[in-house]
Amino acid sequence: MNIALLIVTVVACALLLGGGALLVYRLKFGRMPRFSRKTLCIPYAVFLVFFVIVPMLVILVYAFTDREMGFSFGNFVKFFSDPTKLSTIAYSIVIALITTVVCLVIAFPVAYILARSKMKKKSVILMLFVLPMWINFVLRINAIRELFNWMGLLGETNYFNTVFGMVYDFLPFMILPIYTTIMKIDESLYEASRDLGANGITTFTRVTLPLSVPGIMSGVTMVFLPSMTNYVVSDMLGNSMVTIIGKFIYEYFGSDWHMGSMVALVLLIVVFVSTLLTGGFKSEENVRGANL
Amino acid sequence: MNKQLVIKCLKAGFIGLVLLLLYAPILLLAVYSFIGTDIIGKGGAFSFEHYEKLFGDPVILGMIGNTLLLALLAALLSTILGTVGALGMFYCKKRVKALLHGVSQIPVINAEIVTALALAITFVTVGIGKSYFTMLIGHLVICTPFVVLSVIPKLKQMDNSLYEAALDLGASPLKALLTVVLPQIIPGVISGFMLAVTLSLDDYIVTVYTRPNGFETISTYVFNATMRGNAHTAETLSSFWALTTIIFVVIVLVVVLSNLSTLRKKEAKR
Repeated sequence: MNIALLIVTVVACALLLGGGALLVYRLKFGRMPRFSRKTLCIPYAVFLVFFVIVPMLVILVYAFTDREMGFSFGNFVKFFSDPTKLSTIAYSIVIALITTVVCLVIAFPVAYILARSKMKKKSVILMLFVLPMWINFVLRINAIRELFNWMGLLGETNYFNTVFGMVYDFLPFMILPIYTTIMKIDESLYEASRDLGANGITTFTRVTLPLSVPGIMSGVTMVFLPSMTNYVVSDMLGNSMVTIIGKFIYEYFGSDWHMGSMVALVLLIVVFVSTLLTGGFKSEENVRGANL
Repeated sequence: MNKQLVIKCLKAGFIGLVLLLLYAPILLLAVYSFIGTDIIGKGGAFSFEHYEKLFGDPVILGMIGNTLLLALLAALLSTILGTVGALGMFYCKKRVKALLHGVSQIPVINAEIVTALALAITFVTVGIGKSYFTMLIGHLVICTPFVVLSVIPKLKQMDNSLYEAALDLGASPLKALLTVVLPQIIPGVISGFMLAVTLSLDDYIVTVYTRPNGFETISTYVFNATMRGNAHTAETLSSFWALTTIIFVVIVLVVVLSNLSTLRKKEAKR
């Protein structure tokens, strides 16, 4: 029972550390510390350090070392000077871009129509768009695979199938943030726009569209990144003929961790830059947690 | 007047069309799960044979059990860790709070595959290897930040003076937290738990990178079965139709029931 032993060790270490800290405090100040609510964040902080920060540092180290663990930029040079790799990256980015644009083109009207509708039960319809997300995602992709197989598309239109699958999978990520931002627009702004003589189209382009940009941005970041990395969709629907950046990491995981870490590091940088540009992820746009 | 009607129809039509596309694959499987054929498109008589296959296959039942147990365990632990963490973070100084919040966001915004690779490489490099424990940690990493995210808004809405009042009335800090603070944030805790369950149930990538040898969840099993396509797994493919249908029905039931209960609560309040 390796696992039980490990858990016992971890718990014992935590107790020892905590007890030791208390003892040091006692010796230094001559009394036990008073309970402070702040201390409650310690377990989570320790968890974050060990399982979020340390792994990121490990990736950083692997990315900048060669197989003999000496410092090198060789991984970057090797990867970015390989024309087949570069063309695959280009393909992957194009697929992600098309997915994002298609998602936006479908999601914006849906979100707009629902958010501006005066229907009482519109939250039910919104719910219908989110509901398929709760079916296991591989089973969902498998359902599309069966549908394409029946239609004779499987193995024929690999890129179309991949993009369809990604749009299918990520559409709610685009609908919900846009819906929330449009819902938040103050009704009086529309009235003001009408009173000032703007017609429906002007109101849309001058009021609705600019104010829904934050929702569009967070939708775009939530769709673009997974569609570059989620190789389950491209493998199952693209008949393994479509390679996306995420697949590289998978392949390197079996062969060369240094190269794999390098690709992961590049993705990490892309994520941080895009987060800085779009102002980060907001909890109220937390799609999966949508309390509908 | 007529123009407005046309626009209304166009809107409804568009929504309907997108919904149709979303539900077509699921409904196709739901229909064929009751037809006695292994190939979609072929005719057959009404039968429960796919359901019989699903419930008669110990391997498939085993992996469904694995998935559920892992999801419950991960959700339970991440809810405790996340709720306690969110409470602590809420009372920290601004800088510490911002730092913890920022780090906590990393698994949320990061590509799942980067998180998975980083964890897997770290576990193996440190010498822990891969086990149920490492897989559980992987699930905690992807679930806990979402629990924190759903608890924090409730903490912000909370009336802080109640805690002070409880202390003034002689409650110990721990008792005040449990009896005054916790009831106020419990809706956030519950939605965090549900979120953690769905995230863990849905996960493929982190599971694949951190799981022990031979451990299968629904995601990994279905992926392997469809991709390898050898004789044994191809036979089980049609039992996935039944599985998808069952999960879909369960979800619809849960959603309808929870909506009904909130409706009833609202009416009771009136």
